[in-house]
Amino acid sequence: MTTAVGRALDRAMVVAALRDVPDPEIPVISVVDLGVIGRIEVDADHVRVELLPTFVGCPALEPMREAVRSRLVELAPGHEVAVAVVFDPPWTTERISPAGRHRLAASGFAPPVAGGSAMPVALDVPVPCPWCGSRRTVLENAFGPTACRAIRYCTDCRQPFEQFKPV
Amino acid sequence: MTSDAHDLVPATRNALAILLLSMADDELVIGFGDSEWTGIAPLLEEDVAMSSLAQDELGHALALYRLLADVAEDGRDADAIAYDRPPEGYFHARLLDHPRGDWATAIARRYLYDTADGVRLAALEACTWAPLRDLAGKIRREERYHVMHAEAWLERLANGDAESRRRLLDALDRLGADAWTVLAPLPNDLSLLMAGILDAPLTELDARWRGAIGPMFERLGLPMPAPAGDPAGARTGHSDAFRWLHGEFTSVRRLDPQATW
Repeated sequence: MTTAVGRALDRAMVVAALRDVPDPEIPVISVVDLGVIGRIEVDADHVRVELLPTFVGCPALEPMREAVRSRLVELAPGHEVAVAVVFDPPWTTERISPAGRHRLAASGFAPPVAGGSAMPVALDVPVPCPWCGSRRTVLENAFGPTACRAIRYCTDCRQPFEQFKPV
Repeated sequence: MTSDAHDLVPATRNALAILLLSMADDELVIGFGDSEWTGIAPLLEEDVAMSSLAQDELGHALALYRLLADVAEDGRDADAIAYDRPPEGYFHARLLDHPRGDWATAIARRYLYDTADGVRLAALEACTWAPLRDLAGKIRREERYHVMHAEAWLERLANGDAESRRRLLDALDRLGADAWTVLAPLPNDLSLLMAGILDAPLTELDARWRGAIGPMFERLGLPMPAPAGDPAGARTGHSDAFRWLHGEFTSVRRLDPQATW
């Protein structure tokens, strides 16, 4: 079974296609750069992709799952497509790609800090301000506009900003 | 290690279903209880925080009810289990049966529940039934923020002014009497231990929980929660306050049973 472009489907093609699928809540980043795409299995007739929720109760999960599914159907119309939600491995902020971090920072999101996903989750790591680069920032609220985001404040440039909660 | 509930012997599978029901109902009831604070918390930031906490808990409840639906295989999906029972059919801990109360009550409830739930989740780290091990591991990462929030407020109320401390002590007096119910022994929980689902009996989890909160209570000069009582009534015989909350959180389902979360 071939794809819409006439080549046999492989994992790299799946990843490339899913780069077109934006995160529904933060559309500057794709689901691939966000790191929510887990294992990918491809054979002649099937494609199965695992989706790792950022947070268990993320309300964007179903729209995301549907967007991933439709993109795969479009890519490989002859294949049976399955998108499974799994918690193994757990999604952590360290799964966000370098390109994804760059795009987040350019949009005013603090990129996650290295080592942030160790257990127990470290909550007091300095987070640089995405606007001015200062590390003199404080956590205003561990709970923000979505389950996966926290609100911080830069005491130098006096701007609030958001960060992905390290999990 | 297994992912298939059919691999479990019937006694273990029944005990696992009871454990999942207790955890899911706890998360559902505290989630809906906390959502009552949206719009009336003492600070705007706390409106956001309590709403986010409630959303997390309802998400955990949904994921746990889905596991329960797979284990029970009685034809009910997660929504049917969550919403189609009468109030007396719920199996949450009595700690969560108290009326909403004031802000100190909300914080005391969150602190006591989150710390006990954290011990329960940690005891599932090596769970031999993979779906629950994976879910519990993921939930623990989120719950760290819940505990941080509750600890910060517990300290703030304990060391605030005379009124905040009096209100906190009053809340701990009422809720501390029932805090043990979260980790009260469950029917046939010995089979969970033998199957490697939990890493210790619930009586041991109760001791771990007291060990975990002891230093904080001592530092703040707060009275420790009451010792465990008779497990027979720990999760049954619910209050009028819960009956009211149940009427609220089932109202959409009763209006439109086809509605989805």
